[in-house]
Amino acid sequence: MLVADHPKKSQILQALEDADTTVTIEDPLENTMVLNMGPQHPATHGVLRVLVKLDGETVVNSVPELGYLHRGYEKIGENSTYHEFIPHTDRLDYLSPLSNNVGYVLAVEKLIGVDVPVRAQYIRVLICEMARVASHLVAVGSMAMDVGALTVLLWTFREREKLMDIYDVLCGARFTTSYTRIGGLQQDWTDTCTAMLTKFLDEFDESLKEVGGLLFTNKIFIDRCEDVGYISREQCIALGMSGPILRASGVPRDLRRDNPYLVYNDLDFDVITAQESDSLARFYVRFSEARESAKILRQALQNMPQGPIHADETKKVLPRKDRIYTKMEELIHDFMLINLGIDPPVGEVYQGIESSKGELGFYLVSDGTGHPWRLKIRSPSMVNLSALPVMIKGAMISDIVAIIGSIDPVMGEADK
Amino acid sequence: MNDVIVQKLKEKFPESIDATNNFRGDLTVQVKKNDIVKVGEFLKNDPELSFDLIVDLLGVDMYRPEGRFEVVYNIYSIKNSKYVRLKVLVDEDDCEVPTVTDIWPGANWHERETFDMIGVKFTGHPDLRRMYMPEEYEYHPLRKDFPLMGIPDSIPLPRK
Repeated sequence: MLVADHPKKSQILQALEDADTTVTIEDPLENTMVLNMGPQHPATHGVLRVLVKLDGETVVNSVPELGYLHRGYEKIGENSTYHEFIPHTDRLDYLSPLSNNVGYVLAVEKLIGVDVPVRAQYIRVLICEMARVASHLVAVGSMAMDVGALTVLLWTFREREKLMDIYDVLCGARFTTSYTRIGGLQQDWTDTCTAMLTKFLDEFDESLKEVGGLLFTNKIFIDRCEDVGYISREQCIALGMSGPILRASGVPRDLRRDNPYLVYNDLDFDVITAQESDSLARFYVRFSEARESAKILRQALQNMPQGPIHADETKKVLPRKDRIYTKMEELIHDFMLINLGIDPPVGEVYQGIESSKGELGFYLVSDGTGHPWRLKIRSPSMVNLSALPVMIKGAMISDIVAIIGSIDPVMGEADK
Repeated sequence: MNDVIVQKLKEKFPESIDATNNFRGDLTVQVKKNDIVKVGEFLKNDPELSFDLIVDLLGVDMYRPEGRFEVVYNIYSIKNSKYVRLKVLVDEDDCEVPTVTDIWPGANWHERETFDMIGVKFTGHPDLRRMYMPEEYEYHPLRKDFPLMGIPDSIPLPRK
């Protein structure tokens, strides 16, 4: 009996047309079936909901639904000072909070026109790359877990834990770091951090080899990922992809090289690309990018100069705590900055950085007061997810998890 | 590069370009609302400029009597590694902008989000549903007259 003739059909339709469902489906249940995946499915990496229309086991069409983690960060941003918003950026892409911090303060610094000392820029490069390594480790591990290889996740999490320990020493928090300040950083980089990071880097090649050894010649893993989730180079550009997905389709766009920020100009690294544009290519790109990041980390550690980590702009940068307690001027500046905020010029700026997921951008509109008039977050996860229907069309139902894993979305960022 | 873009646009569309602005190296070009599609097509298809990637599209509520909303298009040229921003002004009583999804298909979700948050409608959009809020929701949260704490009872509870 066809699904369409089934006596329970009306109940299924009723369930689909529930008040919560915001999806209209043409030719309902002809001889295809609609499957609701998420928002609580373990393989959707958070609260992503995908409605897939199936013909047998093949995906005919799909509709991703967002908004289950929408917290209104753009509205919160409009109602807090520029400093107050920094902790909220941790909660966007919660797998690489440090690079979100950097992306946001770079946008604010561009708006108010502050130049940060070289040492602070090097430290920012270090934390951005540490965040990228940590995020790619999770991406690789969880993608392998999605297709059935649980061990990899445990091993990559072990490596990530070492980076979290460095965060802990560096800024006193493992997860919600809030490490950057406008015009500087919360604390200076210490020798302990250098020692820990050097130790991590020395072991990193070996541990990547270990992880790679589990996957590179693993027939099951490769069969599950190869030629799955194909998206052409032209479609990638048309849909505005960024990050590893774009580079796995053969477009060598990397903001670190194309629109350099911080001191990436002085560092030597390769932009990893692949041509196959399937799930496996995205996995390889992430894997190799983690290796490149290790290369950048070594160079940055070597080249990092001594010096101040705060810009010398008393009316824009928060003063140091010890000076607030002893100096009159600093006390006044601190009071004004905390209560009224920075006075930026009227105008609008956009600053994008290459975060681990892709291009993370902040667009700020200032009306000259201490609060942004408008704060727009250009989140890579949301844009990358918009390619999901293209990627899973024609795939098998079991491929969906491999494809979502290869997009590596973080719903905190996609829903803002 | 900024000068080349401005000059080319002014030569090609002397009537459509209202203003240009260069702040901190970011070029913003203000375009008449009904000409956004043809300006966008030109910027994408011109072989020298080739702005082929849409990075972002957003709405801003300026909360003023004339041209209350701004719709901002942030586009990127992979060839030249260059950003440019297009901007159109939208009045509150005529809250519609032609869609650019035919030029950049990636604008689809951005336009949905802008419609959801600001309430600007995009005419010709293939699938203009709300992005984050429930479909029955009647407000647009990023408008300046929407309170920060929300409106009580405005989100419908699930039917039992």
